[in-house]
Amino acid sequence: MTEKQPVISIRNVTKRFGNMVAVDNVSIDILEGEFFVLLGPSGCGKTTLLRMIAGFEMPSEGQILIGGQDMAGVSPNQRPVNMVFQSYAVFPHMSVADNVAYGLKISGVAKPEIRTRVDEALELVSLGGLGQRMPDQLSGGQRQRVALARGLVMRPKVLLLDEPLSALDAKLRAQMQFELAELQDNVGITFVTVTHDQDEALSMACRIAVMNKGDVAQLAGPSDLYEHPANRFVADFIGSVNIFEGKLTVDEPEQAVVDCPELGRVFLNHGVTGAHETTVWVAIRPEKITMLPAGQAKAKDSPDGHNIAHGQIKGLSYLGDVTVYEVRLESGRSIRVSRPNLSRWDQEDFSWDDKVSLQWHPTSPIVLLS
Amino acid sequence: MSLFKRTQIAPLEYTRRLWMRAWIAATLFFLYAPLLVLIAFSFNDSKRNIVWRGFTFKYYGKVLENDGLMAALGNSLTIAALATAFSIVLGTLAAVMLWRFRFPFKAGVEGTMALPIVVPEICMGVAMLVFFAKLDWPTDLPWPLNLSAITIAHITFCFPFVAMVVRARLAGFNKEQEEAAKDLGATEWQAFRDVLLPHMKPGIIAGALLAFTLSLDDFVITFFTSGPNTITFPVKVYSMVRFSVTPEVNAASAILIFLTILLTTVALKLQDFTKATA
Repeated sequence: MTEKQPVISIRNVTKRFGNMVAVDNVSIDILEGEFFVLLGPSGCGKTTLLRMIAGFEMPSEGQILIGGQDMAGVSPNQRPVNMVFQSYAVFPHMSVADNVAYGLKISGVAKPEIRTRVDEALELVSLGGLGQRMPDQLSGGQRQRVALARGLVMRPKVLLLDEPLSALDAKLRAQMQFELAELQDNVGITFVTVTHDQDEALSMACRIAVMNKGDVAQLAGPSDLYEHPANRFVADFIGSVNIFEGKLTVDEPEQAVVDCPELGRVFLNHGVTGAHETTVWVAIRPEKITMLPAGQAKAKDSPDGHNIAHGQIKGLSYLGDVTVYEVRLESGRSIRVSRPNLSRWDQEDFSWDDKVSLQWHPTSPIVLLS
Repeated sequence: MSLFKRTQIAPLEYTRRLWMRAWIAATLFFLYAPLLVLIAFSFNDSKRNIVWRGFTFKYYGKVLENDGLMAALGNSLTIAALATAFSIVLGTLAAVMLWRFRFPFKAGVEGTMALPIVVPEICMGVAMLVFFAKLDWPTDLPWPLNLSAITIAHITFCFPFVAMVVRARLAGFNKEQEEAAKDLGATEWQAFRDVLLPHMKPGIIAGALLAFTLSLDDFVITFFTSGPNTITFPVKVYSMVRFSVTPEVNAASAILIFLTILLTTVALKLQDFTKATA
């Protein structure tokens, strides 16, 4: 496999608004042809970063290179990127075809070519034949497709998408997640998407940069983010997780033990980075915990008294495919456990106030240093 | 009873209540009765305006033959057209400036711009008179340059109306549209022309209508800035009324009313058209 070239290089970029630091010394390389997602809670600086790539904001410090060219002082209309705005920003006084043709007209492309390229673009986003419609005759989903086509028709190096699916209803969003990923695969243009929705990020992205308070908390692929989060923020932000504070009491190359006052002793069958006796955090995903009636738990592959906990069910929510239980541990802390409903009667196994035992595999806990 | 009590009147069906209908009728009567009387008596075959003596069109003929009145109408329309054109440009630019930029004393600028709207017309009139006298503004220029003083005065009180209406329209503009245009390669000017201007258009048309009618029927300010050769339609009608209110005055006023209604309708139709294609 040949090394892919970065199409966008963000180098030590900082952006300040007055005293507020929106983006704090961020460096990211976005590779040719990938679907890159900037994920984070609102106010984490992800939109500011996107707007700096588009040229609507200038970095206070640092450099942004697109296709190897420094973009300092290059205005938005000169940059080889196009953007799909959160509000779609479809021009209401132009027909669908005129909207899509706008960029080409401005850059002086010949009329016959404009027509074929507009038709192609509309076909690509499955709006073929709707070119003469006005935007107010379109649904929200269709308007978004117009915005997509309007960007794609310019054949940009990179297409930037600002919260592209946030205005759509849940069903349509799920469908568009899939379609966007497929579209990106078809056209081969690099997509950079900003979102606060982790499902959206996980389902579409090649790589995700999780941002927190202007900083990149972790940059990795979807499954790495979920299974190997780098810190508590990422573990907590992506999916659901139980986090317990503890001390590293055994720290050997092939095994480790973390003693958590609120959970018990957690055994891992692999070494961890972290000094002996230091404070660490153990994160366990709800679906990686097995729940059994009280007394029946017997942790396999773990020494006696490790990777086992006891408690009482204090709450449950039945979600159809899984049921999520809130279990009050003996320490008083609550822990979340999810259980797939593999047969149609599984949800009847446990109910409120049942005493239960919990166990997990030595590979399940994640040890976090920060 | 059965006529009114056919079905129970729902709480929000105000227009089915008798007292409400009476109120609406009274309002309409109060608003339009004087105008209807004026128009009706423009067809009265009598020198006096008091007793109905039969139907005639002759006063309309007289109006059209009255060279002084026709010249005044020509002056009024010219002034209104010029004042509207300048007001559109000035008002729109002022609105865009106030909407887009932040600058020191912005609130003060916004306030002083609205001043011509609230200052009593009589003060504006006197101020204009003193201003043009101090400047020694030439009054003996050939037509239409001799209308310049009145036109300038009209622009002064017309353009704030355009600015206000357009500013209100701009408040609802999605700035992402302008950014989208620039993102697609448009320059500042192209984005203004292709995105911002179409959005402002209904506001500009409404502002232009306001400006045109305000200018057309302004009396007080015009009275102070007009000379013997620059009589406008309202000023001329006023001088005719001083002798007696003949049906000729009625006919002249009726013509002005028809003209205004026609222009307003055309403008509104135009606006509908732009909305339909928007």
